[in-house]
Amino acid sequence: MTASWQPTADMETLRARARLIAKVRAFFVERDVLEVETPILGQGGSTDVHLVSLATLARTGRGQRKLWLQTSPEFHMKRLLAAGSGPIFQLAKSFRDGEVGARHNLEFTMLEWYRPGFSLAKLIDETTTLVANVLPSYAGPVTHYRYRELFHTHLAIDPFTTSLEMLRSLAAEHGQMPAKSLAGESRDTCLDLLMSMVIEPRLGQHELSVVVDYPASQAALARRHQDADGEWVASRFELYLNGIELANGYDELTDAEEQRLRFTEDNAERCRLGLTEVDMDEQLLAALESGMPESAGVALGLDRLIQLALGKARLEDVLTFSTPNC
Amino acid sequence: MANYSTNEFKGGLKVMLDGDPCSIVENEYVKPGKGQAFNRVKLRNLMTGRVWERTFKSGESLEGADVMELEMEYLYTDGEMWHFMKTDGSFEQYAVEKKALGDTEKWLKEQAAYTVTLWNDNAIAVAAPNFIELEVVETDPGLKGDTAQGGSKPATLSSGAVVRVPLFINQGEVLKIDTRSGEYVSRA
Repeated sequence: MTASWQPTADMETLRARARLIAKVRAFFVERDVLEVETPILGQGGSTDVHLVSLATLARTGRGQRKLWLQTSPEFHMKRLLAAGSGPIFQLAKSFRDGEVGARHNLEFTMLEWYRPGFSLAKLIDETTTLVANVLPSYAGPVTHYRYRELFHTHLAIDPFTTSLEMLRSLAAEHGQMPAKSLAGESRDTCLDLLMSMVIEPRLGQHELSVVVDYPASQAALARRHQDADGEWVASRFELYLNGIELANGYDELTDAEEQRLRFTEDNAERCRLGLTEVDMDEQLLAALESGMPESAGVALGLDRLIQLALGKARLEDVLTFSTPNC
Repeated sequence: MANYSTNEFKGGLKVMLDGDPCSIVENEYVKPGKGQAFNRVKLRNLMTGRVWERTFKSGESLEGADVMELEMEYLYTDGEMWHFMKTDGSFEQYAVEKKALGDTEKWLKEQAAYTVTLWNDNAIAVAAPNFIELEVVETDPGLKGDTAQGGSKPATLSSGAVVRVPLFINQGEVLKIDTRSGEYVSRA
């Protein structure tokens, strides 16, 4: 392949990008949310089984250490919350190894913010207001869906009660895979496949769509609660526009013990799958133990938002230099 | 052969799928908000030419396929097999079955160069050059002076193909044909 030194975005796009970022900053300044900058490197990393973290060896003031490149600025920002920062936002470079495609770049900019005292519903409102601000053409009504309802509508199944066997065969069918290729896969893998292949492409067609009440097993760093049907669900939302996932928000888990349990379970699952274990963030756990205010927080893919605002086909069209070209 | 993981899949990579050699056409990374990532992959089955779409869990791998595309000259047919020879000076010959020859059979001309796809050293497909010059062996007599206005007639070429040609073309003339569309381009 010939080496191309040219940017992957054109100059006009880069100027438009800068204007949109200024708009985002103004939105938070107006609401008295403090802009912060936290380290990209940390001694603990994300244990999430589906994220591949990059790590580097560094000679720190305390000897040589393995430091993890953040997959999002979440842990450092939560430490700030525990230290009494109040509402904060950040535009943070984040890294997820292997994630390269039309909507993914290994290194990307996450817009992440935290609102102490906000309910998830209040944060959903703020998130959709911000998006409508940046994308005035989508300032119309926002449609709310429950995870369960989406599976009813698009696949005529209940994601919580359908048998695993049925989920595997449906997922294989929609993935055009031979039936045997999903043997041994979990409910969540099958649900993830159906969500990505069947439901997501139909979400948020020319409108903002919010999805809530994800299965409790997909809570990540969110709290869990019982929904109207008595089912345990994750206190989490996702925001979609034109089939593209834009943001993921949580009613944040603040219980240190529960958080340690989830990290430990993730690492056990990593071992089972033959994946590298990730050092859990002891400093985050210590911060939670000392007490983090009840907060709602959300991470929004800023590059995707800009991609949608400017009507670009690929994420690299709004990046100065995409990873394959960096 | 080596194994290739989904993140190494790129256009043109040759892999084995369900026992057949395939060429990757497109590879798209998809991931729900949280959770398992997938690759939606389009592959061309090199045995049948059909394009398959298949989803893989990211990180899954496929065995590479020992596939090569070589330029070869068409020699002759013995009625059962079609014989080609490498153009690299080795004079090495390959016999090709009718099934592998497919539609290219109607564009065969001795000494012309074709692209032959080999899998484990067996010919599985033959592609004709984009343009080829063939002689008209049968067509209605040409209409004198009719070079401008439209209208066409069928002509049978030396390779057996039948193409639409302008009315002024005569038997014995050599024509340039686009093998992809099967259309007449010009007099050679």
